[in-house]
Amino acid sequence: MSGHSTYTPKSAFARWLERRLPLLSFIHASFVAFPTPKNLNYFWTFGAILSFMLVAQILTGVVLAMHYTPETTLAFNSIEHIMRDVNWGGVLRYAHASGASMFFLAAYIHMFRGMYYGSYKAPRELLWILGVILFLLMMATGFLGYVLPWGQMSFWAATVITNLFSAIPYVGNAITTWLLGGYSVDNPTLNRFYALHYLLPFIVAAVVGLHVWALHVVGQNNPTGIEVKDEAKETVPFSPHATLKDSVGLVLFLVLYAWLTFFVPNYLLHPDNYIEANPLVTPAHIVPEWYFLPFYAILRAIPNKLLGVIALFASIIIVAALPWLDTSRVRSAVYRPAFKKLFWVFVAACLGLGYLGAQPAEGVYLIAGRILMAYYFFHFLALMPALGKIEKTSPVPDSIEEACRAASAARADAAKKAKAHA
Amino acid sequence: MSNQKTAAPNRRDILFVATGAATAVATGAAVWPLIAQMNPDASTLALASTELDISGISEGQIVTVKWRGKPVFVRRRTKKEIEEAVNTPLAELPDPQPDSARVKKPEWLVVVGVCTHLGCIPLGHEGEFDGWFCPCHGSTYDTSGRIRSGPAPSNLEVPQYSFLSDAKIKIG
Repeated sequence: MSGHSTYTPKSAFARWLERRLPLLSFIHASFVAFPTPKNLNYFWTFGAILSFMLVAQILTGVVLAMHYTPETTLAFNSIEHIMRDVNWGGVLRYAHASGASMFFLAAYIHMFRGMYYGSYKAPRELLWILGVILFLLMMATGFLGYVLPWGQMSFWAATVITNLFSAIPYVGNAITTWLLGGYSVDNPTLNRFYALHYLLPFIVAAVVGLHVWALHVVGQNNPTGIEVKDEAKETVPFSPHATLKDSVGLVLFLVLYAWLTFFVPNYLLHPDNYIEANPLVTPAHIVPEWYFLPFYAILRAIPNKLLGVIALFASIIIVAALPWLDTSRVRSAVYRPAFKKLFWVFVAACLGLGYLGAQPAEGVYLIAGRILMAYYFFHFLALMPALGKIEKTSPVPDSIEEACRAASAARADAAKKAKAHA
Repeated sequence: MSNQKTAAPNRRDILFVATGAATAVATGAAVWPLIAQMNPDASTLALASTELDISGISEGQIVTVKWRGKPVFVRRRTKKEIEEAVNTPLAELPDPQPDSARVKKPEWLVVVGVCTHLGCIPLGHEGEFDGWFCPCHGSTYDTSGRIRSGPAPSNLEVPQYSFLSDAKIKIG
């Protein structure tokens, strides 16, 4: 789906630039004339919301870096210095901390959107894999950033996560020592985590570039999961249609972001992280940030170190294999009645794992964690391949246009009936 | 083409392979410092040993000292704790090791206080085996610091240490 750019440079400078570097026509083709399916719903605004969050995190992060000190004896106090002394420091730090949560919230909605409407299916497999890579990079960035305030949770999160690598047979301990720059989490660790936390967002930005590029080659999926057949009838130009719809979605999202930042900035943070890191005392409850909880529950569900770590990584990597695990010829859950239900069961299982990740690893919580973990893998490895073969799908319209017409006819019908009743 | 005999390597082939090999070695040499700089530096390695006066430790007490940035537990075990450790059948242990292989003097147990699961600090005198209990993921250790239940794969590590005298030990 190539954007038929109708761009013609108007000014003399634009003509001069266009002959040397066709930047303006590239922007025009990608973000103005780019054809978007006309039936996109608000779940399609999360790409733009995520782009906004990346920029917001980089901006707040760069200014925080101007006041933060990555040294074990000074780091904790430099955060308090930011909170109390730096002009607007408190707002900037809270915006950055809640920004991470909002970033993950948007990413999860974006991913579940893709799963529901089958956006990962051919020809969008690579687009999907780039998304999983972005998710992994986000997780790494989020974890590294969480260590920087050098509170108790920071320190013990760093200890637990770097020790995941010690599960690797034979070379595990050497790798952990190499990652830490010592035999325990200490100043060398904090220093390198800071350097990498600053680096990774720019790698994320580069992969976002590839993600958007891949999207613009294959075109957007849409709620019907039917490919665009008639560009003139079934698509609208990106600007103003998608730009404005994205803006509305973004503003609604920003309401939540602002509420979190200005009214309950500590709601998602842990009180233990306001205690300076102490290598000799582990807090009674180590709980990761909410966005890691489902994976943490999977790690703890298995009473074997190596297998637990393998399950943790497998639970993320398996998402990348979804285009090949799902055998259904129908893309969208709209026309897959059984999948539609199982999708929500899967969402519930993920939320359940998230809840269990925050509970102590014992008794009934541990058993529930094992059941939900088993279901998580069952969904990917058994349900997705089998369902595509046995499910009786509802009739799929021939085109987006036909689906839209049917939907508006149904709406008119319902309105007529409602009037007749009134 | 198919009938062509393999020509003997000439001067150009040798130069080509030699250049390639030299490039590979040079690339490796250039990349190595970038990777090796992340390993523990000289100042970290210099903090390799710690000495501790143990004369003030009473029976049943656990003292924690910092060694290489990690806690080391020095535990003066009671008679009962020693008996428990010695009398445990090896078949009951996930990581079988007799108590005698873990101590130099039965009264003194010296172990690195880092859970072998994911590196948390276990809590002393807790858990059903009277040894340690790790609050992070629920591993329990006995009075010899051996893993008894939970996700940790192995016993608490026994560091290198020696008795300098009856009242002093050197760890590392």
